[in-house]
Amino acid sequence: MLLSNLPLKNSGKIIGLTAKGEQRRRLLDLGLIPGTTVMAKRKSPSGAPIAYLIRGTILALRKEETDLVEISP
Amino acid sequence: MGLTAKSSGFNVLKESFNIDIEINKPVIALAGNPNTGKSTVFNALTGLKQHTGNWPGKTVTQAQGVFTHNNQDFLLIDLPGTYSLLSNSTEEMIARDFICFARPDLTIVVADATNLERNLNLVIQVMELTDNVVLCLNLMDEARRKKIRIDIEKLSGELQIPVIPTIARENDGLYELKEISYKICTKQIKITPYKMKYSENVEEAVEKVLPLLKTRLNQISDKLNLRWLALRLIEGDKTVLESIEKYFFKLSKNTEGQVLSCGSNC
Repeated sequence: MLLSNLPLKNSGKIIGLTAKGEQRRRLLDLGLIPGTTVMAKRKSPSGAPIAYLIRGTILALRKEETDLVEISP
Repeated sequence: MGLTAKSSGFNVLKESFNIDIEINKPVIALAGNPNTGKSTVFNALTGLKQHTGNWPGKTVTQAQGVFTHNNQDFLLIDLPGTYSLLSNSTEEMIARDFICFARPDLTIVVADATNLERNLNLVIQVMELTDNVVLCLNLMDEARRKKIRIDIEKLSGELQIPVIPTIARENDGLYELKEISYKICTKQIKITPYKMKYSENVEEAVEKVLPLLKTRLNQISDKLNLRWLALRLIEGDKTVLESIEKYFFKLSKNTEGQVLSCGSNC
């Protein structure tokens, strides 16, 4: 399942990234490494971006980014 | 052609980063993730002596300040807060270029003790770029409150760099931070950080690229970390080449001391 489909208040574990190049680097640097637990915390009024709890920090990610992250619920 | 690396040299680099080189002080850079209390450390070290400046051509502000320890003045540069040096956002390129090209005498990485795992990414990246690194483990009071215990000695042993726990807000640990900075800048202590080893195919590629870089960058090879550069090129990072060109080959100075960019045909 994709991180973008993770419902609010739910958690999942990252199993892989389909992002390539610079975008992949960026996501890895933000702490989205396979094995990391991610929790969807909050949604902005328009529905995107969504705030996720990732390795002790809350990060807002766009759908274009979370579409590139595969998780297992 | 613009000035050669030899004639433009190191000083222009420092000038292009807006650093006053008239006063011959060791330069210390402060790096770290956002929200680690980097600016608190900066203010605690420099007191009221700080003043702010701008990176030429950049909107990101950079603060510099002076502190004195054991009768030695140090110039402290507050770099933008970043999670990485490799993702090529403006802030990250500034931090990277400063450590890589202006080559401060010491880089202090300020890390959040309550969230060490996330912070170590940047620490390792800085260690890959330069030897003179100290880890300032800030927000130790917060960590204690959250019942996080950190084995400082073990951490220091594994990274092979000094690790100083601090509570910058209460000035706790800052004397130790200044003391270790003094010892490193005066070369009483030499640091050889742990260097990341990559998979065999990456290391083989580095071995192939290194000799090429040595020949091509002969003039400036002593001013750059060639292994680090080789790794960036393998990764496909072109911005680092642009930076090399910018800082080493296109800089020239006019009489007002302003740094000008010189076209390839001049």
